[in-house]
Amino acid sequence: MNGRTHPLEVIAAWLLALLWLAPLAYAFWSALHPAAYATSFSLSAPWTLENFSRAWNQAPFGRYYLNTVVLVVLILIGQLVLSTLAAYAFARFKFRGSGIAFALVLLQLMIMPDVLIVENYRMIGKLGLLDTIPAIALPYLASAFGIFLLRQTFKSVPQELVEAARVEGAGPLQILWKVYVPLARPTYVAFGLVSVSYHWNNFLWPLIVTNSVEARPLTVGLAVFGAPETGVDWSIITAATVMTMAPLLFAFLLFQRQFVQSFMRAGIR
Amino acid sequence: MNAWLLLLPAAVLLIAFTHFPILATIRHSFFITRRNGTEAFVGLESYHAMAADPIFWRALVNNFWFALGTIPTSIALALLMAIWVNRNMRGRGFLRLAFFTPTVLPMIAVANIWLFFYTPDYGLLDQLRGLFGLAGWNWLGDPGTVMGCLIVMVVWKEAGFFMIFYLAALQQLSPDLEEAASVEGASRWYTFRRITFPLLMPTTLFVAINAVINSFKLVDHLVIMTKGGPNNASTLLLYYIYEVAFVFQDPAYAATLTVVLLVLLSGVALVKFGSLDRRIHYQ
Repeated sequence: MNGRTHPLEVIAAWLLALLWLAPLAYAFWSALHPAAYATSFSLSAPWTLENFSRAWNQAPFGRYYLNTVVLVVLILIGQLVLSTLAAYAFARFKFRGSGIAFALVLLQLMIMPDVLIVENYRMIGKLGLLDTIPAIALPYLASAFGIFLLRQTFKSVPQELVEAARVEGAGPLQILWKVYVPLARPTYVAFGLVSVSYHWNNFLWPLIVTNSVEARPLTVGLAVFGAPETGVDWSIITAATVMTMAPLLFAFLLFQRQFVQSFMRAGIR
Repeated sequence: MNAWLLLLPAAVLLIAFTHFPILATIRHSFFITRRNGTEAFVGLESYHAMAADPIFWRALVNNFWFALGTIPTSIALALLMAIWVNRNMRGRGFLRLAFFTPTVLPMIAVANIWLFFYTPDYGLLDQLRGLFGLAGWNWLGDPGTVMGCLIVMVVWKEAGFFMIFYLAALQQLSPDLEEAASVEGASRWYTFRRITFPLLMPTTLFVAINAVINSFKLVDHLVIMTKGGPNNASTLLLYYIYEVAFVFQDPAYAATLTVVLLVLLSGVALVKFGSLDRRIHYQ
């Protein structure tokens, strides 16, 4: 079938692809040109970075960036450690109630923290953590998805390797660290990329629990900055929008294959 | 080494932020928030109040239309994209990139960009209409067009994500099948309808279930585009829950509403497990 693609189909595919890129291309156009050219596309339009510098100066985007990076790293490390330990328990040990415990973990795949905003807010309030970065991270630190994914991977580790390590005198935690973790690297990469993308982009929960510049991640900062009441120029808002999505977008362009495969692996559960 | 010790840290957090909140939601759903902020037990009364709340029904109906508007279209587009990207055509790397890119963008950034497309008069869509001598239109301010506008945006955001699952499935199909069909003189459309599409059924089911779950979770854009308006024409259940709890400051009623969302999600989960079993037998 390789040679059979009709030229019209190739054209249609390309048109759809260009249409798909158009909103993004438009965002870059508007961010990189003076406001007067926001809707008039002329080849002679002057390029400028001024929208970026004005956005950067009108709101504490530096601080928002820092918050998002801290948040994403905090969540990733917490998820990796907790999921590794729990997945190891499920994959390697036989214990009473493991079936029920695993089912209770999987419950989080159906009812994610994203929909439990009301009671989780109460909980964070009781802990006295409102308006802090840990408050955004806490509900997501134990990830059913991570536990599930790693358990699958750990189960496929050859028993001979485990035996060999045990003969050499390695304890359970050493076996985990020296045998299981290195073999699960592709799973860690896939899970890590999906987790970072998800939490870089997450919005509703951070919007609810944060209320100050010191805790707000980029997405919430962008929403506050772009609110119509502020009367900020459209071109400057697009510049801020581009700033918000740029790091992830560039990472995606650089590691396209990794991203696509990670999202694929993440979806099939 | 005790397995429970390994489980402990994850278990504590899961209980604190998933299991306990689910139970607390059910408990608080039988309460009302008094004017001074305290809560009182009223039993099923809050459910009666919910049944009489037109905005709740509006949100539920909107959720239904939102799902119906986004899911079949994005699945069809995803399949088409996957078939194209799977072909040996010029620039397939570029095509895949173009289709998948919206997936990695924050919903809030996407909403900002599309908000401008839909801005009355000044926005891109109205500028285009202007070229044809048509007057400006308040796309997001009109109850008749607001849902359609949001659906188009979400299809754009999601189709590329669903594409990759079809792509994975297509790459596992044996090329012999299509070859045999073409030797037998079957047309491409016939081959697709009778061979490829039925073989992709498990993927379609899987993608559809994920799309339904997403349609309940995806409300970020409402916060900056419409706030559920005009006149609740674009509100969705989770957004209404957010509004009731954090704008109207009525967490007890928000809990009642959340119970409905939990029931809906559990229903989807049951379908998911049922279909997943079938999928295993299938392969």
